[in-house]
Amino acid sequence: MDDLLRTGLAALDQVVPHESAHKHVAGTAEYIDDIIEPQNTLHAYLGLSSEANALIRSVNLDRVKTAPGVVGVLTAADIVGINDISPAGTNDDTLFCDGRANYHGQPIFAVVATSREAARRAARLAVVDYAPEAPHLTVAEAIAGGGATVGAGLTVRRGDIDAALAAAGQVIEGRISIGGQEHFYLEGQVSLALPGEDGEVLVYSATQHPGDVQEVVARILGLESNGVRVHVRRMGGAFGGKETQGTLFGAVAALAARKFRRAVKCRPDRDDDMVITGKRHEFEIDYAVGFDDAGVIEGVRMGLHARCGHSLDLSRGVADRAVMHADNAYFYPSAHVQSTLHRTHTVSNTAFRGYGGPQAIIAAERVIEEIAYALGEDPLEIAKRNFYDDEKRNTTHFGQPVTDNIMARIVAELEASSAYQERRAEIIEANQKSEFIKRGIALSPIKYGIGYSKKSMNQGAALLVIYRDGSMHINHGGTEMGQGLNTKVAQLVAAEFGLPLKRVRATAAATDKVPNASPTSGSTGTDLNGAAAVDAARRIKRDLVTFAADAWKVHEDEVGFENETVRIGSHIVSWHSFTEAAYAARVPLSATGFHKVPHIHWDRNAGQGSPYGYFTYGASCSEVAVDTLTGEYVVLRTDILQDVGRSVNRDIDLGQIEGGFIQGMGWLTTEELWWDKAGRLRTHAPSTYKIPLASDRPRIFNVDIAEWSINKAPTVNRSKAVGEPPIMLANSVFGAIGMAVASVADYRFAPRLDTPATPERVLMAMQRLKEKAGAG
Amino acid sequence: MAMRVKHRSTLRFYLNDEFIELDRVEPYRNVLDWLRLEQHLRGTKEGCAEGDCGACTVLVGRIDRGGALVYEAVNACIRLLSTLDGTHLVTIEDLARDGVLNPVQQSLVDCHASQCGFCTPGMVMSLYADWLDNRRPTVAEVEKTLQGNLCRCTGYDTIVRAAQYASDHNEPRSDRLNTGRAKMKERLLALRDGARLVLRSGDDRAILPASSDDLAAVLMEQPGATIVAGATDVGLWINKFLQQLPVMVHLQRIEDLTGISAAEGTLTIGAVTTFAEAEEAIAQHLPQLAGLWSRIGGRQVRNAGTIGGNIANGSPIGDTPPPLIVLGSQVNLRRGNERRSVPLEDFFIAYGRQDRQPGEFIETITVPLPGPEDRIAAYKVSKRFDEDISSVLGAFRLRLDSDLISEITIAYGGMAATPKRARAVEGALLGREWTRETIESVLPLYAHDFTPLSDWRASADYRLLVAQNLLLRFWRETTGIAPVQVRELLHG
Repeated sequence: MDDLLRTGLAALDQVVPHESAHKHVAGTAEYIDDIIEPQNTLHAYLGLSSEANALIRSVNLDRVKTAPGVVGVLTAADIVGINDISPAGTNDDTLFCDGRANYHGQPIFAVVATSREAARRAARLAVVDYAPEAPHLTVAEAIAGGGATVGAGLTVRRGDIDAALAAAGQVIEGRISIGGQEHFYLEGQVSLALPGEDGEVLVYSATQHPGDVQEVVARILGLESNGVRVHVRRMGGAFGGKETQGTLFGAVAALAARKFRRAVKCRPDRDDDMVITGKRHEFEIDYAVGFDDAGVIEGVRMGLHARCGHSLDLSRGVADRAVMHADNAYFYPSAHVQSTLHRTHTVSNTAFRGYGGPQAIIAAERVIEEIAYALGEDPLEIAKRNFYDDEKRNTTHFGQPVTDNIMARIVAELEASSAYQERRAEIIEANQKSEFIKRGIALSPIKYGIGYSKKSMNQGAALLVIYRDGSMHINHGGTEMGQGLNTKVAQLVAAEFGLPLKRVRATAAATDKVPNASPTSGSTGTDLNGAAAVDAARRIKRDLVTFAADAWKVHEDEVGFENETVRIGSHIVSWHSFTEAAYAARVPLSATGFHKVPHIHWDRNAGQGSPYGYFTYGASCSEVAVDTLTGEYVVLRTDILQDVGRSVNRDIDLGQIEGGFIQGMGWLTTEELWWDKAGRLRTHAPSTYKIPLASDRPRIFNVDIAEWSINKAPTVNRSKAVGEPPIMLANSVFGAIGMAVASVADYRFAPRLDTPATPERVLMAMQRLKEKAGAG
Repeated sequence: MAMRVKHRSTLRFYLNDEFIELDRVEPYRNVLDWLRLEQHLRGTKEGCAEGDCGACTVLVGRIDRGGALVYEAVNACIRLLSTLDGTHLVTIEDLARDGVLNPVQQSLVDCHASQCGFCTPGMVMSLYADWLDNRRPTVAEVEKTLQGNLCRCTGYDTIVRAAQYASDHNEPRSDRLNTGRAKMKERLLALRDGARLVLRSGDDRAILPASSDDLAAVLMEQPGATIVAGATDVGLWINKFLQQLPVMVHLQRIEDLTGISAAEGTLTIGAVTTFAEAEEAIAQHLPQLAGLWSRIGGRQVRNAGTIGGNIANGSPIGDTPPPLIVLGSQVNLRRGNERRSVPLEDFFIAYGRQDRQPGEFIETITVPLPGPEDRIAAYKVSKRFDEDISSVLGAFRLRLDSDLISEITIAYGGMAATPKRARAVEGALLGREWTRETIESVLPLYAHDFTPLSDWRASADYRLLVAQNLLLRFWRETTGIAPVQVRELLHG
């Protein structure tokens, strides 16, 4: 294990662009919809429920079937296997509705035609007879409607929370509403299925989890897993939205390919994609915090109410992670944190970068803000007084020791580099004189756990093959969605052999090359697959070293791989001739590698354990200006300091940090999912759902990596995961807007903003505070 | 009525280096689907199919009124193929030659500006269109160029850097599109035959009249036809609602309906003038509207959408009607050889209903230019600053006689079923002193003038409050204390 940490990474100090960058800019990077279709490929299109909660009395597809270009239709009756696309086989999520519509937009049938346009037109001709009932759309409606859930929540307890709150100097209670988020991957959902021999099927699927698509397609088609192959070269963005949500489209394409013995593609229009597929969970979070005169927390109670939609999907994992991030970076001497998985008549919410962590951390920050405003102090000071430390206050509420706690150092460095204190003082003074424009500043710390609480998922595998000419294919269980995983894995392999990157080609993820792979999610891509790839390289190297030592009659210690050559004692052999010689000597030139994360344990029933391999830390400081007449705002400056351990690729990591921050900012500001009373999502396209644009970036944007950080956990190159944590760096924008809002009542009251802080929410919050100040 | 023009039934244009001649064109076929499905050119991506994400950005080269060949970035998803007649379509496949990237592309690689890569071809095309002009863009200019391009991965910083880097390190004069400009211009001129283009597929027809006289004739024959200018809205009817439009009459080639002229205190705007074409004249004659102008859609939409279309469409949330109403603009209509003028304000009768007869079309809009004593402002408030639809748009014109309000006109978008004047508020302000106290005293009258709706853009309460506050903003701006808007704090 220890040598994982020494990866010949001097070679990695160079600047390495994304392995597909050239193809991205040339338009030659191939996405699934770009694959030239086999002759006579058919197109499947979904027919959707127009009711959110209804009994389906009948479905008449006569006009659909006779529409121009239509070859046939698929309904639940066509499913040979089980009508269940749930990731865990919980049988609560159908491919096609079977008698009930559980959300507006749920697929009822698919129509298959010779062109996508013909299928799309035909799909609208169905006549469905519903017996509609009032839908439960929100957490409040779900509770009022009987409190149905999609699964069991998680409770984590430390100490006696009632006693702690009763004994506390002050107690504040409140609630925060946290909005969901559409992934808005630029490449929408898509699958292309090709029928094969013996009922087999090959599915090209835009998925973060080829194994899940394989399993679900096999389940639908009544096959064993070896009847389904799933390939994905790359995705045009995913962000969690293709962890389970791609299976539906893969299953429809596969089912149609089998029925009609032709290649079938299934790609929804953007609006349908947004209506059909799950999103980040909305949360209503109730909290009560007890604290002393110095603002030190004595106990926290939180009730995390997740709006899960109509089925479980990944909601349990999402809400569990929320429970385990309700502390953010703060020590709660006494705690009671509980999640409830509310069932609603809305699309089933799913994974989204951060997986429940961001929502809980926003609530933790709200608690800090409440204490700060109650005591008339800067929220940052309250935050610092509650950080985990290295002595006694160093165990999370769920029992995991915080062993590499660098939060205070990160925050101290950022506080200095951003000149936080001076700027805050200046802003408070300037706000007094400014008539309509108020500014705010906030510095937000983030601690985030890396790993899956489900232990079995913490494994990775890779297949490395070397050809006689010395070129290589590295295949691993991870998928490339833009995050640069293939680049990092190829870099690690190239470094093992002292080769330039161009000799190593990362190939499409394929279930028939690396089986049973975990999803590429939870920021674990490089930790799991990079380490597995290094393991594969080292297995081959062991044989190559033995061969070299034997053949050249030197000691094994005298064999080294560097600069595209092999040093064997005093001999320098070119890599190409060496691999040719190894082949001739019948040395194996391929190997599988494997990695499992050590020291992970979790007891969900007890709510105790150490589910994470390690924590990452980061902090951001943002300054905003808010227009008190309209609620409009701009981000004037953001400074970020993020811990990524010892980076494998600095530029790729910076890209994740910058992009994650902006995506998080969108979630907390302009991205608003709006359902009408009938349960119809009305913000279902970029015309109505507003993700950030270039002009929304902070005017000054300083992003840095904590160069001194080295992961204490034994990860490849001692790096740390970087995919998800940056989402939460945007909390500082939200906090800064909150401060500007509070300024209208001279900071006497906590702003209590809900998310997303659209201009409307900001203006209305200011109105509320003004009225409160006027009244009191 | 003009002489009968000759008809042509083949569509002719250039795709990259290739001459294209099509005698069967499906009227609903958009450029993106044609490229991807029929030409198998798949570098251009579909992100939204509604002109809002820019992944499908291509360049369309056309000869402008001044006789220059200009290349404009447009959304291929809502550009109908039939309207490419006489143009040069440039796609991402045209940029890299023999594996050598164009400098804009290379800069994006060097600056680590792609992650998933799906938005990247569209980004390249938007940046390329600007880079061809050979000027180092400011950050604000790059942001404007990219108003219509969404990226979900990078956070944009690397892309903005790459745009500047490309200009710093490379010389666009030697770019193929520039060196080939003269020759392509000749080719496009040679395609001009003054014919009416009629494309048929089954019962559906797309007609591209040759001139405004020809348009008048076509519409007399086909009074029920759907008139299509930039297709920035009609493109959605087709792509999203799968609407049947048996006869579409496209205004794309009608040069004598484009252009802006200023004379005797009046601006005359050809109805088919795009927002982009009008930009310079607006900056010169109505600088008070320049800020609003650059927030109409994204760059690609401004290159396609027209001012006449924005009005004729009759949307209650169009960006141009409120300011044009407060300026006292007129709509000049033609039907056959009959012409009439209507005050713009009266053109909007009710939601979805305008004062336009079958067979009638807008020729021009005339805008009386304000004098130096007029104070003019237009404020757009939306969820996202750029490329968004207004929650509320307020436009104001004020004239003071010493300190008293001698004239005031106030109009809003997003507050009613049509763009609408705040008559009660105006009435209460007339003759009063232009002070904060006066403003505050009339604010309750907003509830008399407007009963706005709640929807996904904004609630009724917010709309009403913002509408009032915008009058306060206007008052504060006229008193000369800056800045009043947060965006003024950017790019200082």
